[in-house]
Amino acid sequence: MENHIDTLTAAPASKTGKTTLPRHIVEIVADSGEGAQKAGTSFASMSAKIGNGVWTVEIIPSDIEPPPRTLQSTSGIRIRIGSKEVTNAGDEADLVVAFNEVAPYSRIEQHAFKPGTKILIESAWGQHDDPGIRESYAKAIADFKKRDYIVYEIPMAEECLKFVPDPKRGKNMWVLGMLCYIYLRDLSIAEDQIRLTFRKKSQAVIDSNLSLLHAGHAWAAENLDFQYEIPSMPSEKELVVMNGNEAFAFGAMAAGVEVCSMYPITPATSVSHMLAEAFEKAGGLVHQAEDEIAAIGFAIGSSYSGKTAMTVTSGPGIALKTEFIGLAVMAEVPLLIINVQRGGPSTGMPTKIEQGDLLAVLYGAAGDAPKIVIAPSTIEECFQFVIVARQIAEAFRTPVFLLSDSNLATGVQPFPKPKLKAEWMSAPIDQSPWKEGVTPFAWDEETGLSKRPIPGQKGGEYTLTGLTHNSKGQVSYLPEVNQKSTEMRSRKLAAFSRTLKPPKIYGDEEGDLLLVGWGSTRGSIEEAVDRARELGGKVSSVHLRFLSPFEPGLKDIFKRFKKVMTVEINYSDDPNAPLITEENRRYSQLAWILRARTLVDIDCFSNVHGQPLKPRYILERIKTEINL
Amino acid sequence: MFGLNNDYCAIDIPETYHPQSDYTKGIARWCPGCGDHTVLHAVQRLCAEKQLPPEKTVFVSGIGCSSRFPHYMDTYGFHGLHGRAFPVAEGVKFRRPDLHVFVVTGDGDCCSIGAGHWLHAIRYNMNITVLLFDNAIYGMTKKQTSPTSPMGTISNTHPEGSVLPPVNPIQTTLGVSNVSFVAQTVDWVPSHLYATIKAAYEHQGFSFVKISMRCPKFMADFSKKKVSERDTVQLLMHENGIQPDEATERMFTHHVQHDPTNINAARTLAEDPSLTYLGLFYQNKQALRYDLYGAHNLGYTPEQKMAAIERKLEAFTV
Repeated sequence: MENHIDTLTAAPASKTGKTTLPRHIVEIVADSGEGAQKAGTSFASMSAKIGNGVWTVEIIPSDIEPPPRTLQSTSGIRIRIGSKEVTNAGDEADLVVAFNEVAPYSRIEQHAFKPGTKILIESAWGQHDDPGIRESYAKAIADFKKRDYIVYEIPMAEECLKFVPDPKRGKNMWVLGMLCYIYLRDLSIAEDQIRLTFRKKSQAVIDSNLSLLHAGHAWAAENLDFQYEIPSMPSEKELVVMNGNEAFAFGAMAAGVEVCSMYPITPATSVSHMLAEAFEKAGGLVHQAEDEIAAIGFAIGSSYSGKTAMTVTSGPGIALKTEFIGLAVMAEVPLLIINVQRGGPSTGMPTKIEQGDLLAVLYGAAGDAPKIVIAPSTIEECFQFVIVARQIAEAFRTPVFLLSDSNLATGVQPFPKPKLKAEWMSAPIDQSPWKEGVTPFAWDEETGLSKRPIPGQKGGEYTLTGLTHNSKGQVSYLPEVNQKSTEMRSRKLAAFSRTLKPPKIYGDEEGDLLLVGWGSTRGSIEEAVDRARELGGKVSSVHLRFLSPFEPGLKDIFKRFKKVMTVEINYSDDPNAPLITEENRRYSQLAWILRARTLVDIDCFSNVHGQPLKPRYILERIKTEINL
Repeated sequence: MFGLNNDYCAIDIPETYHPQSDYTKGIARWCPGCGDHTVLHAVQRLCAEKQLPPEKTVFVSGIGCSSRFPHYMDTYGFHGLHGRAFPVAEGVKFRRPDLHVFVVTGDGDCCSIGAGHWLHAIRYNMNITVLLFDNAIYGMTKKQTSPTSPMGTISNTHPEGSVLPPVNPIQTTLGVSNVSFVAQTVDWVPSHLYATIKAAYEHQGFSFVKISMRCPKFMADFSKKKVSERDTVQLLMHENGIQPDEATERMFTHHVQHDPTNINAARTLAEDPSLTYLGLFYQNKQALRYDLYGAHNLGYTPEQKMAAIERKLEAFTV
């Protein structure tokens, strides 16, 4: 079992104030446009390069350019680094760099800090010309102290002014220098990072940023009384660092997908941005359709003509696409549908995290429309699963859903650079004549599988239809034809499930409590399991990658635990809430299906906070469940 | 022979000759007297004349009476969702420039539930031949008002007569930027119907043909009136337009000279509700084509693709 808890425990601070730690969480928060994310991603990349585990989460304002110094204008980044792999964003921040005194409040609202969190704040606001701002600053500093945060007032602008005329430009690189001191980073790696980040800019810009980096480092060395060392071991493998949406884009290209047909929707759109940037030379194109419905219709048309396509959307888009999804199931058209979920229902919380679309994806269509649904749980899986999905879609002549969420979409994690393979790429379209006598839906009785003719194949001419059709593709409403064709489409799922292996259990094979998760929550769940086991709890977890059909053997696994509980980021009724009884309680989405599927009395732990699930919250729930 | 070498002998003899029967499939189940039958026949004739390989020809439709069309063509077909023929057809054509793509749609399919796609399809201007079967009524769902039903049409949804002026498909199409081919014909004049469909097929771009259709079942009086009122019909005449045969010219005695490159004149004609103009309203052979963009980077080998991905991955490598 790969352990998420490091054997390394915090070493006491040395005389120079150096503390050695297994993991640390740093946040940089600023107004949009101040480059906090650039500083953060640079720091994360450097950390990955020296062999730290890294997970970063962007802190994104929902508006493009909100009024500055407001709760709504906070833009930033959280970086969690560790001496081993980091699989989630963790609990509360240990260290925060704040470019103003308002930004931290947007994080306090999200419960992102704890007593003892160090706040390194720009002190210039304390001497601002505007008495209102001076007062706001003083009030905030006092409040931070009252909350038991440890405040360091830092003259960032003043120091930057020694090098640049406008401290707003460049303050981020000064901060990067400061972080390099705090985390004992080799400045030469930071210099390389700056050269890479600003490679498209002039030498003067690069030089100015380099001097700011050194200045930030020097200032910190002189003035700060603490340092953190997160031991690292450089990876032998070459690593790539990207977010889940970028990984989807690379996966799609590696899978030989040539068409991505989409309509802009947060938080899915950036998949298409990455593709649009890279597709031209990789022999593919992004089609930005006039709406969500057209986007999937176009993709289905492309798939029908032999160029299996992908569409990328989020919950509201899935709602609009539902009729076409039903058609793709009915007419057996291969298709990749990426759903980067967000908070719902309706417009909900576009930039926040939720796993609320599982049931909609599974059951959202008219009639019986069986679908294959898979959910990556890491950034690397976002890459790999597109390739897998492509192969499933072709072999089983069906749409395949990939369920992701904002946590994976904007989370950044290093993983070994994939070795591309030609066999992942789609074969050229088969234009050899269609075998005479074979019908367009010649279902294999046992598996429901059939081969599909593609325009250009002589002798394969047929009319695809969303109406009930027989194996010849002819419209028919005969009772036995509808029964049979529905059966054949369903049989494909059974055939597919036979290719799957039982999921691996994280922890012991039996025990008091089994947590069941899916999608982006894996890292948090496994970290909570680790912590509970450290405390002596007999807790294990299992993470499902295949949600329809399920991996086999789940009931056997569940039976070996006294309690089984899903952990999800979607809604479930609190059993102790008013009016809630055992009969009317609404469960989390995976719990619903697992209960029906296994007849095991599975409980659920979930919320709709829109936030990554903190390992600490899960641990607390584990403790109550097993009286730890 | 005659001093010509083989290279110069440009007569291309196709491997297979496709008689019109090669394009027909089954027996069309439209009502007797329905205009759809005549268009089906005209299209099959066009396929034979152009010797379109059946395996390279795709008919895409939505839902409605007209959208049953692909089932009666022995080519590839896609009978999809109500209103959504355009996006599907665009997807078919995007990376398959070798396919001949037709869209068959109705007034409800195109001008009501699929109206959004219609506007954008015009703007995309992909090389697709579009046949709008306009019978001014919902037939398949049994006589509801259509967006093109004349005001006052008695239907099951408007028993006292429909209350809004109809959508004018020609006017609408001419109003969209990047429009490239707009023509109008009627199902009951086979020679004009054929000439129009042929011109539409020959146009390289999104060729939009509105075909006025008879619906003897639900719009019997309206259909009869349309067929008999020859005086309200004006034939559009121009050397660059659609050339009616002599019979058509004798049938419709009102002729208007109209240059199909003149979009303002075309719009003025289209706006006139009192007259029906038959022929080519507008053609722009230079309009930008999205299908050419779609096909511009085709055919990369896996090695080329992998090399491009590797190059992009470099920026993400630490």
